[in-house]
Amino acid sequence: MIKNITNLGDAALYCDFGQEVNRATNLNVINFFNNLRDKNFSEITNISPSYNKLIISFDLNLTNFEKIKKKILNIELKKLNNKINKSVKIPVCCNEKYSLDSKRIESKLKISFEKIIENFFSKDYFCYMTGFIAGMPFLGDINQEIRLNRLETPRVKVPKGSIGITEQFCNIYTFESPGGWNIIGNTPVNIFNKENSKNPALINPGDKVNFYKISTDEYKGWNERK
Amino acid sequence: MNTKDGMKENNFEVIRSGINTTYQDFGRKNLYHIGVPFSGAMDNRNYLISNKLVNNKMNSAVIEFAYQGPMLKFNGESTTFAITGDVNFNIKRKKNSILEKGNSYQTYNLKSGDEIDILSTNRSVYGYLAIAGKIDVNLFGNSCSTNTKAKIGSNNGEKIKKGDKIFFSNSDNKIQIKKLNYINTKIEQIRVIRGTNYNYFSKESKNIFFKNEFNVTKLTDRMGMRLEGNKIKNIVDTNIKSEGLIKGTIQIPADGNPIIMLSDHGTIGGYPKIGVVISADYDKLVQIVPGSKIKFKEVSLSDAEKLYKFYNLETQNILNQIS
Repeated sequence: MIKNITNLGDAALYCDFGQEVNRATNLNVINFFNNLRDKNFSEITNISPSYNKLIISFDLNLTNFEKIKKKILNIELKKLNNKINKSVKIPVCCNEKYSLDSKRIESKLKISFEKIIENFFSKDYFCYMTGFIAGMPFLGDINQEIRLNRLETPRVKVPKGSIGITEQFCNIYTFESPGGWNIIGNTPVNIFNKENSKNPALINPGDKVNFYKISTDEYKGWNERK
Repeated sequence: MNTKDGMKENNFEVIRSGINTTYQDFGRKNLYHIGVPFSGAMDNRNYLISNKLVNNKMNSAVIEFAYQGPMLKFNGESTTFAITGDVNFNIKRKKNSILEKGNSYQTYNLKSGDEIDILSTNRSVYGYLAIAGKIDVNLFGNSCSTNTKAKIGSNNGEKIKKGDKIFFSNSDNKIQIKKLNYINTKIEQIRVIRGTNYNYFSKESKNIFFKNEFNVTKLTDRMGMRLEGNKIKNIVDTNIKSEGLIKGTIQIPADGNPIIMLSDHGTIGGYPKIGVVISADYDKLVQIVPGSKIKFKEVSLSDAEKLYKFYNLETQNILNQIS
């Protein structure tokens, strides 16, 4: 499971789960994360899961690196993934107004945008982690044929709701933000809802995401319809 | 409802907002995994002192300002406030229109129509205004801290702006006028523990990192501090697999210019980490003004832990001086 624990500064543990970025490694990270959340240790102030790392921040007033490391290494792990994680459906409009990088993607991949979209919608994606900006999910893996690098010069402002792809990953810009991913469409769904204080992020690490295509009219009427 | 608990009777009207004026408290925990950072008062010690001076609970909401602070007019019967940090401010009394020069670390009473004009922070960035009683704030994740990026916390996640009203209920406690002798010491060096990608950098660059001075650029805010002056050369890979960040982390992007993550930072990053600022020096770090120099000194983890204990003890001693 954890291959190595070092310190990140004086108030965080840096847990390495292995070099490979794949589902198996990430599921180990997420399982550990869910177990830790379940334990609710008062000295732990934050836990950040990512592809292959888990960073555990702690309150230096209550513990220190050696003490908390020992505690973490002695945790008995339960299998919690199946209970906690869910499947989420996300509507996406790929009208040229929203697919800001359709031309770039077409020319880089030498495939028609229509085929690219078809390919993108053809499978479910797995949420490796959430973050950077509030609620932003990092999802994967997109098919080999539609993988490409990020923009040479990142956008200063990516519109809220944008769906981006880069390398084997896709994401959703939950807020307007700078960013360099290739934008293929936009979702009218609010992914981060601060009114839902218990669970403000719609997509959490370990969740499955299924994107589906909607028309411009459906997009425009989305938030009235509900 | 508001009238009943006195919220509507007492308020500060914002005549001038200042540059970056927000509601802050300790910050919020356990939300990194959904992309929400700690936030909270940047300079924790000055935040605590401000609340202690007006006899508030230690985790009460305060007004944080940066560089130029707000100008506020008090509406209500009477109130008590204190300002902390290295701050230049005036009090304008309605009664006689006399401009009274204010001192940080001292409590003042206000009567209806009196104004506080927070002109500037001196050779520092952040200052705090604590009001005796309870400011009417909204919580997200058990914290009122405004995070303008995620639009969460008080004031709908926005900075305090001109025309806003800061509502509060007066303290039930009788507030004595208090004064604390305290000077914000400037720090020579910011102490740093090696980061998890320390070996991504050339030997020469590692030397430079701990030997040379860097300039703090204007691209510095509650999210991060960007430095310039010496390019740190990466010899392994300018990207790592995206992973979690914590405040104080020093990342080196491809251009070689360090970025230090501050309280409102993005929670995930893909640049190698050369170091992390120790917890004991964070309050001092955030007060370094753009345009000035910064120098790093390497310390061990066990030294960092000792220094934090010392920092904490010192903070407690200061708070204990305020009875």
